[in-house]
Amino acid sequence: MSEPSTTMAWTAGGPSEENPWGVAPGRRRRKLTLDRALFMTVFLGLPVAVFVIFVVVPIGQALFYSLTDWTGFSPVMNFVGLDNYAKLLDDETFLKALRNNVLLTIVVPLVTLVAALAIAVVVTTAGPSTGQVRGLNGSGFYRVVSFFPYAVPAVVIGLLWAQVYDPAAGLLNGMLTGIGLDGFKDYAWLGEVRAAMPASMFVIIWASIGFYTVLFVAAIKGVPAEIYEAARIDGAGRFRTAISITLPSIRDNVQTAYIYLGILTLDAYVFMAALAPGGGPANSTLTMSQHLMNTAFKKSQFGYATSMGVVLALVTLLFAALVFAVFHFAGGRDTKGDVRR
Amino acid sequence: MSAVTLDKPVAARSEGVRRTPGDALVAGTSHTMLIIWSVIVIVPFCWVVLSSFKTSKEILSSPFSLPAEWSFENYTSAWTKAGIGTYFFNTVIVVGTALVLVMLLGAMCAYVLARFEFLGRRVIYYTMLAGLTFPVFLVIVPLFFVLQGIGLLNTLPGLILTYVAYALPFTVFFLYAFFKTLPDDVYEAAMMDGAGEWRTFFQIMLPMAAPGMAGVAIFNFLGLWNQFLLPVALNTDRDNYVLTQGMASFSSQAGYNVDFGALFAGVVLTVLPVLVVYLIFQRRIAGTVSTGTFR
Repeated sequence: MSEPSTTMAWTAGGPSEENPWGVAPGRRRRKLTLDRALFMTVFLGLPVAVFVIFVVVPIGQALFYSLTDWTGFSPVMNFVGLDNYAKLLDDETFLKALRNNVLLTIVVPLVTLVAALAIAVVVTTAGPSTGQVRGLNGSGFYRVVSFFPYAVPAVVIGLLWAQVYDPAAGLLNGMLTGIGLDGFKDYAWLGEVRAAMPASMFVIIWASIGFYTVLFVAAIKGVPAEIYEAARIDGAGRFRTAISITLPSIRDNVQTAYIYLGILTLDAYVFMAALAPGGGPANSTLTMSQHLMNTAFKKSQFGYATSMGVVLALVTLLFAALVFAVFHFAGGRDTKGDVRR
Repeated sequence: MSAVTLDKPVAARSEGVRRTPGDALVAGTSHTMLIIWSVIVIVPFCWVVLSSFKTSKEILSSPFSLPAEWSFENYTSAWTKAGIGTYFFNTVIVVGTALVLVMLLGAMCAYVLARFEFLGRRVIYYTMLAGLTFPVFLVIVPLFFVLQGIGLLNTLPGLILTYVAYALPFTVFFLYAFFKTLPDDVYEAAMMDGAGEWRTFFQIMLPMAAPGMAGVAIFNFLGLWNQFLLPVALNTDRDNYVLTQGMASFSSQAGYNVDFGALFAGVVLTVLPVLVVYLIFQRRIAGTVSTGTFR
């Protein structure tokens, strides 16, 4: 996917190695003594064994199971080729779930990133226009508060918001009727086809903004202050600075954030399962992952369920590729890459 | 020229005084928006804490009313009757053990990958990296049977090993970059003094990597404490439930007579330890987050 990050913080201290694959500098290839051979075998063998048994082997098996009609409880399984995949194309519920995931993946990252970027820009560079370039006063407080939800288990966030959205005793309807909007009395936020998806999206956005704010704040702090000072001397206002300086400088971070969020929303299992375990009214919030879990562990169609997993993985990879492509072409003229090297 | 340079710090110090009307406007709007956002973040938590002291009847009658009496009854009932206490200890055992193991194995793996040149190094690194992006859902079904095959399904050791395996790519990925930056001279000096590979790692290189280890450990802690999918699929024995899974079943299983008071108390009990860890380490988290980019 890409090279490992030699980070801002870490490169600041030591010599950065921009090309970890290349021939390592100097004395790296050492004589292989018995001690060293044993050391490397143990140090590499243990972690790799765990990784292979619990990650690599299951992935391989998944690819195979997805081509069978295995039920999971008998050793009998017939090889059915691509039948499971053909069946997916006719599975209305799966297609609905796929559409829901795509919708989530379009809306949630966009809103989250715009909000997180706005907050990050304000707390780092939108301070007084004289003196040093800096953020608003009290920005530390906003940063801490806004990161809060990241420390809370997603399933608990889901449960918490399910209570907030509760038609009768929930906080939201209590507040809305409290300010005179009686139309919301007993309004089932998660029970109405029209409201369930946006309400669920809001929860994911609410939970994610803080993390990405902190990510962007750290990235913006890595941009040399001289660039901001130069922009200010040239007469750029805050908005212009944010668009022309900040955004291009942290483009890689935005791209990474987009991919992380996309992986989150293409899965979305934990949030959705906690908010509406049944998939919401008319499956309006059902996700592929929920459908997969039902198919596997409730209907015992393990072969069919793994084919959904494969599709989910493919969609995720496709999404990542798409984001890379868009960012590549959108910023193709960007010379930052050259500057960094 | 020298006057300008001398002036600068003075200007910086007095910037609070020299505000333009535009500054005030921007600051005002930004503060308003950020305060609204902070309220949206904080209020649900406060509401949960408040509700956790109310009886179910009070909760259902009004979302805002204060409890008639502040008692910890909900907490005791969540802790004992709903089994949150058991789940809590299970979670501490599973997350604690998995954390130690994954940090150790991750450091070992990252160290060798970062500092030794050998055949297959890239293959291992890239495979790990790929493991970072694959959705867990792809493997959840086969994983169920792998664990069943080695007799660890529905056991805490099985869950611990799975946690380790799925936190490993992240850990290796970050520590790799960290071990790369450690100076070679120290290693050479240790070797010269006859320390041997093992002692060099445990007594010299590992302590030097402590800051990086700490950052990654915090993230692993948050991630593992909040893990939900793996236990739900692989740990279905009620006695072995972890907190997140216990909370989910608590809210769904009770059906119509959910003990709402205890549910809210359970939420508070689940969130509290993580929140404490977060508040203690939030500065370090802010520092580590910046490293989490595929660049």
